[in-house]
Amino acid sequence: MSSVATAMTRRVPWRALAALAAAIPLAVMLVDGLREGLTVNPIQELTLRTGKVGLVLLVAALACTPLNALLGWRFTLSFRRDLGLYGFGYIALHLAIFALVDLGLDLDLIARTVLQKPFVIAGSAAFLLLLPLAITSTRGWQRRLGRRWKGLHRLFYIAMPLAVLHYAWLVKADLRPPLAYAVGVAVLLLLRVSAVRRLFGPRRRGVDYTART
Amino acid sequence: MLRRALPTISSSEITPESTYLTRMTRRGLLRAGAAALGAGALAACGADAPPPTASSDAQTAGPIRPTPDPRTPTASRQQDELGGALTPYASVTGYNNFYEFSTQKEAVATLARDFNPSPWTVTVGGLVSNPRTYDIDDLRKFDQEERIYRLRCVEAWSMVIPWLGFPLARLLREAGPTSQAKYVRFESLNDPKRFPGQRDRLYQWPYVEGLRLDEAMNDLTLLATGVYGRSLPPQSGAPLRLVVPWKYGFKSIKSIVRIDLVDAPPTSLWMAANGREYGFYANVNPAVPHPRWLQDSERRIGELARRKTLLFNGYEAQVASLYAGMDLARNY
Ligand code: HEM
Repeated sequence: MSSVATAMTRRVPWRALAALAAAIPLAVMLVDGLREGLTVNPIQELTLRTGKVGLVLLVAALACTPLNALLGWRFTLSFRRDLGLYGFGYIALHLAIFALVDLGLDLDLIARTVLQKPFVIAGSAAFLLLLPLAITSTRGWQRRLGRRWKGLHRLFYIAMPLAVLHYAWLVKADLRPPLAYAVGVAVLLLLRVSAVRRLFGPRRRGVDYTART
Repeated sequence: MLRRALPTISSSEITPESTYLTRMTRRGLLRAGAAALGAGALAACGADAPPPTASSDAQTAGPIRPTPDPRTPTASRQQDELGGALTPYASVTGYNNFYEFSTQKEAVATLARDFNPSPWTVTVGGLVSNPRTYDIDDLRKFDQEERIYRLRCVEAWSMVIPWLGFPLARLLREAGPTSQAKYVRFESLNDPKRFPGQRDRLYQWPYVEGLRLDEAMNDLTLLATGVYGRSLPPQSGAPLRLVVPWKYGFKSIKSIVRIDLVDAPPTSLWMAANGREYGFYANVNPAVPHPRWLQDSERRIGELARRKTLLFNGYEAQVASLYAGMDLARNY
């Protein structure tokens, strides 16, 4: 990127833009909720919408590091953690709607669902892997964990395939949308393998694009 | 179960359907927009598409827009025999699993608006002594009766719907199944020009469903021509659909053009698409788990809490004998 472009991207309030973008789907849900725009089956509609938005945000978070490494889009690193947290927030909402509202916090029902349905097992595993990452996402934890922080946050690489598996296992017959996410996640993970990355040749040498997940 | 003579409806009653449809349309489009927001890349979040307007809908209307049934939705009773309240007409005709139009349940009504179900013929053939092609008006001459049935979708939601129609058995008796006839195979219209969803070749169109002959002859099995005292709207399977209330909703095939008597179990569209999950019988059964949806409970549309799912959707007394001695977990 030219130095002019770099100077320009520096002035953009990226983190605020990311927050705004992540807030829009939630705002649409609230407005639709108020105007009865969530179909006649609103609980399912909210489950699907929060799941979808959460997945998109998490994939976007996963894309930041390769975008910096390959295209030199350093600004993506400034909101990488934010995207991950917003994505996690939607998934927490997704889980809450499912467990609290749909199943009415009926522990027996929840237990049976979790044990019976492969797609829920995969989703729950993904959520449980993301949970420690969300908790330790603060600077304080980063300092406290030191080098172990980076290792811990590699759990993201396991959580994302599980999340896509969750999606693939829940569609009725049309595997194309989850497959598209599977391909996307696979590419984004492969680009982290240094041998693969070298094929595409990093634009900027010396930038530590692996510093954080 | 309920049997009533067809209620007479004063044709002077003006329906508010046009207003209702406009509202549905706008909602459908807004939702489609919101779905695109969720599905698209992050960058799409900032893009503002112009808001859809009612007038832009009107422009897309074809010249052969079917005239909606002018009668006001009515039913002789407001609940089923178990006391469950009827699902409102707007929900019944605004939330439809009808993949020939769309996989988005709330988008179907809008996409189906211009579907003209006339002229229409239904061919009854195969292993019968009197094969015949019926005009839809001939089928409307069979005595129509109201049946208030629960509809249980495999996706674990349910409705209570007052259908208008006649038992399939009457048509089959007229056709005269031969002694080799063991199953009935139903086929929907296959016309990607009128069914935009059929342009997606993921599914093996046309939609096909099947019943064992004794299931088809059961008095509960209905060929519906109407709902809520009016002709079926396109999104509900106009002009003729099957209703098999003790089976999951996908068995109740819509917009039927062929009914054949056959000697082997037909392979339904859903069996072909995912046979592990969708079997031939597809009887509502809380004891047979499904890999995705909880089948022991369901959400009645309009209610917040789940309710228990009943064996054979509450029609055990009428149909359990059909399956005497069968392992229902294996014959799912
Ligand atoms: C990282 C974690 C997760 C991600 C990314 C995720 C994502 C998704 C996506 C994309 C969908 C489908 C949306 C659509 O079809 O439009 C979905 C549906 C669903 N998810 Fe998740 N999910 C996650 C975790 C969970 C957890 C922990 C649970 C429950 C314990 C759960 C329960 C469900 C349910 C019940 C559905 C709807 C199934 C249906 O009604 O057909 N998910 N999720």
